[in-house]
Amino acid sequence: MSDTTRPTPLRLPGRPVELSTRRGGGWPLLLLKQVILLLFSLLAIYPIYYMVITAFKTQENWLHNQFGLPIPFTMQNINQALDQGRLLVWLRNSVVVTVSAIFLSTLVSTLAAYAIARMRFPGRGAYLNAMIILMVIPPAVIILPLFVLMVQIDLVNTQPGLILIYIGMLIPFSVYLLVSFFRGLPVELFDAAAIDGCSNFGILWRIVVPLSSPAFVTLIVVNALWVWNELLIALVFLQSEELKTLMPGLTLFRGHFQVNEPLIMAGTLIATLPMIILYLFGQRFFIEGLVAGAVK
Amino acid sequence: MANLTRRLEPYLYLTPASLFLLLVFVYPIVQIVRTSLLVTNAEGGKTLGLGNYSLVAKDPVFWQAAANNGKLLFAVPIMTLLALFIALLLFERVRGWKIYRSVLFLPYIIAVPVVATTFVYLLGLNGILNTLLRLAGLGFLAKDWLGSAVWVIPSIGAVIVYREFGFGLVLFLARLMSLDKEILEAAEIDGANWWQTHWFVTLPQMSAVIEFFIVVELITMLSWVFAYVYTMTGGGPGFASTIMEFYIWKHAFAFRSPGIASALAVILLASTTLLIVLQLRLRRQPLEQV
Repeated sequence: MSDTTRPTPLRLPGRPVELSTRRGGGWPLLLLKQVILLLFSLLAIYPIYYMVITAFKTQENWLHNQFGLPIPFTMQNINQALDQGRLLVWLRNSVVVTVSAIFLSTLVSTLAAYAIARMRFPGRGAYLNAMIILMVIPPAVIILPLFVLMVQIDLVNTQPGLILIYIGMLIPFSVYLLVSFFRGLPVELFDAAAIDGCSNFGILWRIVVPLSSPAFVTLIVVNALWVWNELLIALVFLQSEELKTLMPGLTLFRGHFQVNEPLIMAGTLIATLPMIILYLFGQRFFIEGLVAGAVK
Repeated sequence: MANLTRRLEPYLYLTPASLFLLLVFVYPIVQIVRTSLLVTNAEGGKTLGLGNYSLVAKDPVFWQAAANNGKLLFAVPIMTLLALFIALLLFERVRGWKIYRSVLFLPYIIAVPVVATTFVYLLGLNGILNTLLRLAGLGFLAKDWLGSAVWVIPSIGAVIVYREFGFGLVLFLARLMSLDKEILEAAEIDGANWWQTHWFVTLPQMSAVIEFFIVVELITMLSWVFAYVYTMTGGGPGFASTIMEFYIWKHAFAFRSPGIASALAVILLASTTLLIVLQLRLRRQPLEQV
């Protein structure tokens, strides 16, 4: 949330600084650093590792072998989670809700951000400041009146109703990020296009949008992570089991099978796998996207 | 005519986004303020008054919830210092820094309900943590971490630190890597040691990003911890881990008392708004780029 006029730093410099070996210290210091880092990494990875090994254990094995590898290895929990739960339905619902909310919020935010970044009109500074304030409004504050409203207009317990709310929640951040990116684009481009008789919408569609893919990637990563992981709003606005998204679904699943820990870990593993796979392949986008999104 | 169209054009671009914002933010906020101020009088009608707020003020659970949010704020300096320390270590071209960064960032992309569910088992009475303590001969320290009224909030705080740490780390590391290397080299040539270099050269240049992270995390502790509490404890034992968001949700959907829920929501809204306004005020002062 720094100075909004400077260009957005969507690119990270590649490497840490190379200082002389004197700074790096002798080998005892280097060893100490490695030990500390290994310890932290172990802590970071352990809960995930635990989830994975437990998901493939039989219940008897898990009872007297919490730490060890899943021997005998069983796919029974995964199969049972897929058969008895509705994980795949919830997974599909999450994909539908996430993709729709991101697509529509990006669309309306692009229009708004373009007006704020490139047109002069009274109130544009205030509009941008309002985005910063709205960015931090917690869902808990707005759910009750929205629930009453959604009941009145018959959108409660429907996915379009949930998507509407998510779009609204995503707009402040999206507008803010896009404004700072659009402002960083070279002015000459706009002047040249205007001289060629290009309309405002033409400039937006043919010049700004194609040049802004880094900003859109950031938006998609940050927003997808938010929508995919959101619990409270989804919990309140979708009650039918077959309409639920993955996160409220998962809490329901846990309630059903409370004592069968390997089965629950299988469920959480299935729910987490899509994000982990995306992270493994597109790690750069996650890290750079979240940093760029934060250092607005 | 053309002039008028030109003047109206920006508002046309703003309309779709504004409609969503009106629906999702403006209307609900007006409604909670209104509902929080409506009190049922003796004749069964509604009058304006502060009745809901005085009920809230007399409710010990409200104070407990607010205090719990307050206690969670202590997690912020802890995660900030840890993230800063590890970022400095990685920054000094430690072998394998990229792998460490990937691994340490991983928890942040895992959904809160998933992290929280896993920790329910790790922190249970016969969970991994207690088993480790017993193996280490520290069995007397083993306890039901999430079932103890004293330990439940520190335990939830620790889980939040676990997940949010990675975000601070990549943020700080990115800033470190964009620092001017020549200044660091100059400090080194002048004979500054590790501590002096970072204290006098590195940290002052990072003040903006550190401040940003702290503000974001303070806001998180006040208003985005519902998923942790809902998944791990359901606000219990008793009300020991109830936080503001959870209590609003309870009043709105379990106790069906919209007046109280709205008064609580207004209080929460006021405290987060206060934080962000303070942050914007600080920003007015000239600060170097984040």
